[in-house]
Amino acid sequence: MTVQETVLAIQKGEMKAQEVLESHLKTIQDREEEINAFNLVMTEEAIKEAEKIDSLVAEGKNPGPLTGIPVAVKDNICTQGIPTTCSSNILAGWLPPYDATIVERLRDAGAVIVGKTNLDEFAMGASTENSAFGPTRNPLDTTRVPGGSSGGSAAAVAAGFTPLAIGSDTGGSIRQPAALCGVVGVKPTYGRVSRYGLVAFASSLDQIGPFAETVADAALLLEVISGHDPLDTTSIPEPPLDLSSALTQGVEGLRIGVIDELSGGAIEGISDDVLACLEKAVEALTSAGAIVERTSVPSTVYGLSAYYVIAPAEASSNLARYDGVRFGPRVDAKTTSEMMVATRTAGFGDEVKRRIMLGTYALSAGYYDAYYGKSQKVRTLIMNDFAAAYEKFDLLLSPTAPTTAFPLGDKTEDPLQMYLQDICTISSNLAGHPAMSVPFGQGTDGLPVGIQVLAPATDEHTMFRAGAILEASNQGQS
Amino acid sequence: MTSKTLDGWEIVIGLEVHAELATATKLFSSAQNVFGGEPNTNIDPVSLGLPGSLPVLNQKAVELAIRVGLALNCRVQRSVFARKNYFYPDMPKAYQISQFDLPINEGGWLELPDGQRIGIERAHLEEDTGKSSHVGGGGRIHEADYSLVDYNRAGVPLIEIVGAPDLRSAEEARSYVSELRSILVAIGASDGKMEEGSMRVDCNVSVRPEGSEEFGTRCEVKNINSLRSLGRAIEYEAQRQVDIITSGQEVEQQTRHWDEADGRTHTLRSKEEAFDYRYFPEPDLVPLDPSPEWITEIQESLPELPRQRRINLAEAAGITPQEATLVVERNLDEFAIAVIEKGADPTRVLVHLENNLADGIGELTTESFAELISLETSGDLSATQAKTVLADLADKGGDPKEIAAHHGFEAMDTSELETLIEGILADYPEDWTAFVEGDLEERKKKSGFFVGQVMKMTKGQADGKVVNDILLHRAES
Repeated sequence: MTVQETVLAIQKGEMKAQEVLESHLKTIQDREEEINAFNLVMTEEAIKEAEKIDSLVAEGKNPGPLTGIPVAVKDNICTQGIPTTCSSNILAGWLPPYDATIVERLRDAGAVIVGKTNLDEFAMGASTENSAFGPTRNPLDTTRVPGGSSGGSAAAVAAGFTPLAIGSDTGGSIRQPAALCGVVGVKPTYGRVSRYGLVAFASSLDQIGPFAETVADAALLLEVISGHDPLDTTSIPEPPLDLSSALTQGVEGLRIGVIDELSGGAIEGISDDVLACLEKAVEALTSAGAIVERTSVPSTVYGLSAYYVIAPAEASSNLARYDGVRFGPRVDAKTTSEMMVATRTAGFGDEVKRRIMLGTYALSAGYYDAYYGKSQKVRTLIMNDFAAAYEKFDLLLSPTAPTTAFPLGDKTEDPLQMYLQDICTISSNLAGHPAMSVPFGQGTDGLPVGIQVLAPATDEHTMFRAGAILEASNQGQS
Repeated sequence: MTSKTLDGWEIVIGLEVHAELATATKLFSSAQNVFGGEPNTNIDPVSLGLPGSLPVLNQKAVELAIRVGLALNCRVQRSVFARKNYFYPDMPKAYQISQFDLPINEGGWLELPDGQRIGIERAHLEEDTGKSSHVGGGGRIHEADYSLVDYNRAGVPLIEIVGAPDLRSAEEARSYVSELRSILVAIGASDGKMEEGSMRVDCNVSVRPEGSEEFGTRCEVKNINSLRSLGRAIEYEAQRQVDIITSGQEVEQQTRHWDEADGRTHTLRSKEEAFDYRYFPEPDLVPLDPSPEWITEIQESLPELPRQRRINLAEAAGITPQEATLVVERNLDEFAIAVIEKGADPTRVLVHLENNLADGIGELTTESFAELISLETSGDLSATQAKTVLADLADKGGDPKEIAAHHGFEAMDTSELETLIEGILADYPEDWTAFVEGDLEERKKKSGFFVGQVMKMTKGQADGKVVNDILLHRAES
C-alpha cells in the first residue's frame, strides 16, 4: 500500500491509525535490535497520537494529508520534551523546549511520529558508524552500513519500520543512504524546507528532506514539510510545493545531461556496476522520450575539497555552543575554560573533533583567504558551471554513490575514503540545488544502486518527473 | 583643531561606543528587551543559543541603526552579518552575531559643540552578551567559588559606533560622548544611560610628541562607566604612556582595564594574547539591503539634531551655539525659545534653566515662567525671591504673583533700601572707606559684605543688584 492509499483508508474508516501503528511497532520489535535504526522509539507518545487521529476521524474530521502515517525523524531535529541527541554524548539528557518547524508541520498533517533515528554524530559521516549509540546496520545486509549520516532514517524505511522518514542532507546525507538502502531520498532546494529546529552542522549547506519507499510518497512528505517559515530567514518565500502532477507527467521532450565527471570521466572510484546502472537509467529515460546527452560540469572535481573547508568551518562555529554552560553534561574543572575543554573533550567523538579542528584552522587569521575564501570562490565556480549546464539541460543525471553498501568498519580507519562517498552529491549542496536519489538496478553484489537526478534551484517539479519515470522503469525490470 | 598637551605631548584618542537600541524585542528574536527583571526571564531558544534555533532580524533595530547612521552623516549601505567567534560563558552561542567588513553605516562625522568635526569610521549592528556575576572571592572571576549567568541581556540590539582617532584631550572625549548621547536620545535610538550600561565606552589612547604626524602605539581601555571615569582614565593612561616613553621604554599594545577604585588602568591582555575571532559571514542570515525609499523615509522622519537646536537657541537668545550646549543637552531648548518669544529676558531665562531647574521644569509653563522673569526684570522680585517662586512653580505650578504674595515677597521701595543702607554704612565706617577708595577687586569683596548685611536685615527680600547700584552711586557722589 502506498502512503496515500493508507491515508485514504484511515480517513474512510476502513483502517485505524492505531492498527497501522501497531503493525509497524511489531516490525520494529522484530528487527530493531539487529538494525539499530532508532535512538529512541516513542511507543507511548505514538500510541496516544494514533488514538487522537482515530478519534478525529470518528468525529468526521480530516486530520490532514498524512493521516495516521508513522514517520521516523532524524535525531538532530528538535522535538519538544523528547531527547534530541545528534547521536552525541554532549547532548545527553537535553530536552528541547520546542518543536522544529517540520515537526509541527508533520503533526499538523496528521502524521504519527514513531521515533528518533540514529545518525553519524552531528551528521558528520557517511556510514552511521560515528554514533555514540553504536552503528546502524543495513536492513538489506546487516554486515553492511546503511550509509550516512541519515542512516537510521534510511534503514527505518528500508526495514519497513516506518513508510516515511525525515533526514537532513549537508553533503549527501539523505541521498547516499537512500541509495545504499534502496529507498527514495530527496534533498530539496536550499531554503525549501525550514531549518528551524534542525541542529546545525553547516548552516549554508544543511537541508531537511524526505525518505520514502516510493517517489510518490516522497513527494507527499516533501509537500507537507515544504513552504516558507518566518523563523528561518533563509527559507524561500514560497508556499508549499505541489508535486502531484509531476508524478504522471513523464519526461517527453526533457533535456537531460549526464555529468561526465561523475560517470567515468575525471573523477575516479565510481564502480563499474554503478556505472552500468547509470547506462540503463539513461536508456530508460531516452525510451520515455527524454533527450539525454553527456555534458561537463568541470568544477565538480573541486567540490569535495571546497566542501571539506566550508562545512568544517561552519561546524567549528556551530558546535562551539556545546561548552557545558547551559545544557548537556558538564565535566567540572577548576576554571571555566578548563571546564569547557574537559566537557568538549569528553562529549565529542573523534570525527567531530577532527572537523572542528579543520574548520578552526581554516578560519584562522592568516589562513582565511587561502582556505575559506578560496573555497567560497570554488563554490561560485560550481554555481556558474551548473548555471551554464542548465542553459542546455532541464535536468542533470549521475550516480548517487560511488559504490553499493560497503561492510561495517571498511572505511572507519581512513577518513578520506569515507569522505569520497559524497563525491557525487556534494556539489548540489554547494550550489543549493535540489537533487534526489531513486533506486535503479543492482550491483554485482545484489545490493541496490541509486541514480541521482539533479535540478536547478526551486525546480523540484521537473526533478520528480524524471524520478517517477526511473522508478517505473526500475520496477518494470525487476 | 585645539590640542591639549601634556608637557609637550599630544594625546590621541579614538572611542568605540556601544549603545543599546531602544527596541521592544531583541535583535534576533521576540524575547523582551528590557533593563533589569529577574535573571533569565527575558529569554527564549534564540537568546539562549539552543541547538536548532535560528536568528530572525528585528526590523525596528535596523531602522534605529539607520537613524543613527543618518544622524552621524554616514553612508547607509548593503551590509552582511558576520560571526565573531570566542568562548565565554555569557556568550550563548560562543559567537556574537556582528558586522565585520560590510557594516550598515560607514564614513560619517559628528560635530562637537565647539564646532570641531570628529570622524565616524562606522556604526554597525550587533547583539549584546549576557552578564556574569562571580560569587565568592570578592566577586573576581579568578577567586570566585562559582559564577552565575543572566541571559536577559543576551541578544539585545547594539549599535557600535567607532570614532576616528580625532580627539586630543579628555575634555574633548567627554564632549564627544555627551554629544553622541544627546544625538542618540534625540533620535529615539537609545536611552543613552551609561549607569545602566545601555551606553558603554571603550577608549583607544596613544601619545606622541607635540607636532608629530605619526601615531604612537595605542592601548584600548575598557570598563569605563561614566563621563567622569572616561576623563580620569584618559588622563591616567596618557600619563602612563608618557612616563614609559620618557624612561626610554616602548609602549606595548594592550587591552587595559580601568579600575575606578584605584584610579589606574591594568593590563587585561597583550597583543599576543589578543583573540583570533575567526570572523566569517553569518550563514543563517541573508545580506541586509535597505531600499533607498526606506532610507529616505527614515531621513525625513529624523527630528532636529542637537547641533541645529544649539544654533536655533543661540539665535533666539543672542548667545553662541556653544553657550547653548547645556540647555539643549537638558532638552529645554524649545521651552527656552518659547519663553524668550514671549518677551522674557534671554539671560535670565538661561540662568534659571541652567542653574535652578536641575530636576527639570516640572509644572512650570512658558506663561508662568515668562511672567516670573518679567517680575524679576521689573525689580518686583529680587533674584533670590525669584528663585524661591520658581521652585514652587516647578513643584506645584500656579501664578507667580500669588506665590510671591504667599511668601510675603514685596518689592522693597528704593528709598526704604537707601535708608537701610545708610544705617549699615554708619555701622561699618572702615569697610565703607575701603570700598570707596578700593580698587575693583577690593570693591567686589566689600560689596559682597554689604549686600550680605542688607540681605540679613531684609531676610533676602532686597535685590542684590539694586543694592550694588546704590553703593556705587554713593561712592561716586
